[in-house]
Amino acid sequence: MSGAATLRVEQLGMSFGGLKAVDQVDLEVPAGKITAIIGPNGAGKTTFFNVVAGFYAPTAGRVLIDDEDVSGLPPHKVARLGVARTFQTTQLFPAASVLDNVIVGRRLHTRSNVFDAVLRSRRHRREEAESRENALEALEFTGARDLADVLVANISQEARKRVAVALALATEPRVLLLDEPAAGINPHETEGLTALIRSVAVERGVTVCLVEHKMRMVMDLADHVAVLNYGKKIAEGPPAKIRSDPKVIDAYLGADHDA
Amino acid sequence: MGSAHVRRAVALGVPLVLAILFPLLVNNPYLVSVAVSAYVTAIAVYGLNVMLGYTGQLSLAHAGFYGIGGYTVGILTSDYGFSFWLALPIALAFTSLLGHLIGLAALRTRHDYFAIFTLAVGVMIVIVIERWESLTGGTDGLIGIPAPGSIGPLSFTSLNSQYYLALAFLVFTIYVVWSLMHSLVGRTFLAVRNSEELARAVGIDAGRTHQLSFVISAALAALGGGLYAAFSGSIGPDVGDVPMTFNMLVYLMIGGVASLPGPLVGTILIMGLMQALQAFQEYTLMILGPILILVVVFFPGGLAGQGKVLFERLTRREADQ
Repeated sequence: MSGAATLRVEQLGMSFGGLKAVDQVDLEVPAGKITAIIGPNGAGKTTFFNVVAGFYAPTAGRVLIDDEDVSGLPPHKVARLGVARTFQTTQLFPAASVLDNVIVGRRLHTRSNVFDAVLRSRRHRREEAESRENALEALEFTGARDLADVLVANISQEARKRVAVALALATEPRVLLLDEPAAGINPHETEGLTALIRSVAVERGVTVCLVEHKMRMVMDLADHVAVLNYGKKIAEGPPAKIRSDPKVIDAYLGADHDA
Repeated sequence: MGSAHVRRAVALGVPLVLAILFPLLVNNPYLVSVAVSAYVTAIAVYGLNVMLGYTGQLSLAHAGFYGIGGYTVGILTSDYGFSFWLALPIALAFTSLLGHLIGLAALRTRHDYFAIFTLAVGVMIVIVIERWESLTGGTDGLIGIPAPGSIGPLSFTSLNSQYYLALAFLVFTIYVVWSLMHSLVGRTFLAVRNSEELARAVGIDAGRTHQLSFVISAALAALGGGLYAAFSGSIGPDVGDVPMTFNMLVYLMIGGVASLPGPLVGTILIMGLMQALQAFQEYTLMILGPILILVVVFFPGGLAGQGKVLFERLTRREADQ
């Protein structure tokens, strides 16, 4: 289950009534690389993530993880097949410690049930210890190890972003989806987070796919960029090419700007 | 670290010793019988807390499960001659199964809708109990339910022995809930309550988690109900009725939702208070209502939550000196 996986979507579509939030998108997110999805507000980026992660069943097309069709599977099954995600607004549990939050990410690797819990079985003790160790390791990797025993309510916005990444990494994903990982943090903190995301791909060998509005970060980080507008993919390529693509400039500035 | 251990030992040991000595200290059968009903009810309130406190859903069918547990024990022991010690596990298994089946439908909804759905279930349970006269005795209820049979030299016919049996089951319940919440399973519960979206994204089957919580909650209600039937010797439909659920909810909210001592603290205080104010029985809700409002406004964590803060402050000061 470890090692990067390729995420591929074919003719993916997601309609809500008459609204096509994602429309005939073909995209390959190559294994072990960082791919960014950009586009104006309402372009369908978050919907795209929700479809890939199983929160919505696509109304058309397929989602493939290393050629395994996961379209229509519920999120916890998609997660078990190696797709982890973070959310635009971090949803950590503020009343629990950082470590307790991250340990939850190990649940899919444990099998202890109610009876193991009540009887304090050997399996439960072993899995509890392993989960703790793995969660601490994920925190170490994201630079939040020192905060393990602090309540999430008492840590900074930037630290929460790192803890959210640690939680996702604790599931040992093959593909990591990051929804605006740098929203709400300052430029200096953004640099640190950029370095962290790069190391997720390079050191951990996880395929990274992110949605982000901070262009500088995207251009700095991504190996590959896809642009969505009104649910359709309008451009795709290396950052340098995307930056000068007239269709992309039109989408962001409005098609009239050169008229 | 040492002082934390001492604190925990004090927090656990003092109430336990007091509970063990209680019948000897008060030497008053009436108070002991009030304590027995409070313990038995508290067991069910722990069940309500598993659902509301740890996975965040309010089940208004809770007293219904309490009633089903009680009736199952009552019918099996008085009509079919089962031993209490066989009837009780059967009641737990039967109520859990019923909870599971109801959960399959009810847990397609969440929050307000779940509360309303389970309210309807609670009403239906009472209707079935009242109408199925041949089995349940209808509105008259069941009488002549035998007390729990002896285990070896231990007999449970005297009030004090029933008190200790109720206490043993209460301690067992608290242990089960504590060990559950300090386990990988319990973390899953809290994750689902906190954000179902995030829990699902990290591979937790939220539906199964709610289902499990609902079944455990129903089983604890049945345990309380089964003990109630055997101790009081009779049971009527009002025991499983919706107002009983609301009483339990008030105990839980005053004691402290999602707190381990909360259900016990709230149940003992309020049931004790209601006994003390029996002369004003028609006005109990007028008394409870303002208390509930005051607690929710000033101690949102309930009295147990507030007590914990005070206790830590006190013991820490002692430890510092």
